[in-house]
Amino acid sequence: MSPKTLYDKIWDAHVAHEAEDGTCLLYIDRHLVHEVTSPQAFEGLRMANRPVHAPDKTIAVPDHNVPTTPGRDDPKNMTEDSAIQVAALDKNAKDFGIHYYPVSDIRQGIVHIVGPEQGWTLPGMTVVCGDSHTATHGAFGALAHGIGTSEVEHVLATQTLIQKKSKNMKVEITGKLAPGVTAKDITLSVIGKTGTAGGTGYVIEYCGEAIRDLSMEGRMTVCNMAIEGGARAGLIAPDEKTFAYCKGRPHAPKGAQWEAAEAWWKTLYSDDDAHWDEIITIKGEDIAPVVTWGTSPEDVLPITANVPAADDFEGGKVGAAQRSLDYMGLTPGTPLTDIEIDTVFIGSCTNGRIEDLRAAAEILKGKKIAVKRAMIVPGSGLVRAQAEEEGLADIFKEAGFEWRLAGCSMCLAMNPDQLSEGERCVSTSNRNFEGRQGYKGRTHLVSPGMAAAAAITGRLTDVRELM
Amino acid sequence: MDKFDTLTGIAAPMPLVNIDTDMIIPKQFLKTIKRSGLGVNLFDEMRFDRQGNENPDFVLNQDAYRKAEILVAGENFGCGSSREHAPWAIKDFGIRCVISTSFADIFYNNCFKNGILPITLPAEAVDVLMKDAEKGANARMTIDLEAQTVTTSDGEVFNFEVDSFKKHCLLEGLDDIGLTMAKADSIKTFEAEAAQARPWV
Repeated sequence: MSPKTLYDKIWDAHVAHEAEDGTCLLYIDRHLVHEVTSPQAFEGLRMANRPVHAPDKTIAVPDHNVPTTPGRDDPKNMTEDSAIQVAALDKNAKDFGIHYYPVSDIRQGIVHIVGPEQGWTLPGMTVVCGDSHTATHGAFGALAHGIGTSEVEHVLATQTLIQKKSKNMKVEITGKLAPGVTAKDITLSVIGKTGTAGGTGYVIEYCGEAIRDLSMEGRMTVCNMAIEGGARAGLIAPDEKTFAYCKGRPHAPKGAQWEAAEAWWKTLYSDDDAHWDEIITIKGEDIAPVVTWGTSPEDVLPITANVPAADDFEGGKVGAAQRSLDYMGLTPGTPLTDIEIDTVFIGSCTNGRIEDLRAAAEILKGKKIAVKRAMIVPGSGLVRAQAEEEGLADIFKEAGFEWRLAGCSMCLAMNPDQLSEGERCVSTSNRNFEGRQGYKGRTHLVSPGMAAAAAITGRLTDVRELM
Repeated sequence: MDKFDTLTGIAAPMPLVNIDTDMIIPKQFLKTIKRSGLGVNLFDEMRFDRQGNENPDFVLNQDAYRKAEILVAGENFGCGSSREHAPWAIKDFGIRCVISTSFADIFYNNCFKNGILPITLPAEAVDVLMKDAEKGANARMTIDLEAQTVTTSDGEVFNFEVDSFKKHCLLEGLDDIGLTMAKADSIKTFEAEAAQARPWV
């Protein structure tokens, strides 16, 4: 048999039909659904009088447009548009008989945190969701990617997607990370190197010692931002850490089925002589704690650097960089650590897991914030409960952080958690686009430790100074 | 789905690179549970100020481009979120074709589901088309999907590549779900085999 990559193996195990031109029907093992990109898809099913093909493989949870403040079980405490979208998902879940975690359920949270937490996401699966950060699930060695609403409807109706195979890219992070450097710094540094279109047409497999050394939470952070690099999906081969994470989760297999599953999962790795269309290697020790200065996730610099000038770039990026500098209100040559900030946001599917909260708490312990506003939004109700049990919530509250309920919150700012005009935010989320966190709001992407450090000093800060 | 075969229309130039889906349709317009009516909010935060007044510098606010049916844009158009509201807004505005050197993957796929043709061309070709678009309303480009060509107002012709299946669906206005359901037997067979091989799924 010819050698295969991990992606090749998962792909081959899920082709339900292949046409002569290579167009495939890819079978989908898990379909995750949220309230913002699904109403039109369910409406389409109703109009065509079609059922959901595999309701037992379909899991819904409201997250994007829910409030993160108390009392949200009562629709009266939601904005009207939130209440409409949440009510539509309630009804669709009930009418079509799919698994559902309403806002009142402690298991509710960001869809990409709930999936792994509940054991829905397992190695070797195909996972899709009407959300680009579905790439997160790739941390388990699952082929996972975002789809549009038409494709959501297609998966609901047929449990398949019409797909052509992507190319294989290997991103290897060798060696060890230096102290203070995290999974977020890895994934941002990769995008800084490849650009936001560098991964277009590829599925990326992240490998190397520095990736192996990451926890499952860290691996999810890395894969989460594969889409920011333009890739269809990011993957990490499953190993003992993966199996240990999955074992005992509510929807993970048990007994003999677990044994059978684990035996198959152990075959899910890229063969030594597999073909790669592109290989990128970065030395772990060369990665510094990083921050974004502009309005594209590729605008990445080590925290020790200065704000660049537009003419440091080439081609179309010159104009884009100037536009970013104007939008961000930055002067070239300014040390990044001189940039004062107003707000800190810790949360999102990128960095809203327990390990992220622990990293922030370690820096915040016994300290007070020096910013106008600081907010921690746990990724799920269970993450929130665990953080309370571990005493992290007390550290956050004593430092002056708002301690919110689970949801996407200020990562995309659909709900009332938004920046005001000109407000500068340090955020553990994934996008620094113009207006992303609020109209004319300014976003600097960082790791949870860096966000905590900035909260204490009131400016962009090298977390290593506080360790 | 609406068919796409040929289109002759005004092309608006947007040379900015990395035009993301948050720019195309900001999140406050994702609160709808419908597909229609998003065209008035296309590029909202670039097009209007907070009071809803037009920004006169924005290309689609200039008289020559108000009826544009084609966009010529900088590289990596449509990056970011998977929101199909982006192509819905583009289509609702009246734009049926976007030309760039590259597109983000999900946005590119979403276009085909909505009767929009995204065309990828090399930088030299996009440069020529960008200059042609800058000529304004009297310079109309022609797109021919069957022939896979873009023709400038001066008659210069560029050939583009497009996946044969996607082309077929767009030319005929075919519904993907209907096509897949015709292969229901393959799906059933696959499910039966997978249930044996991976019963835990």
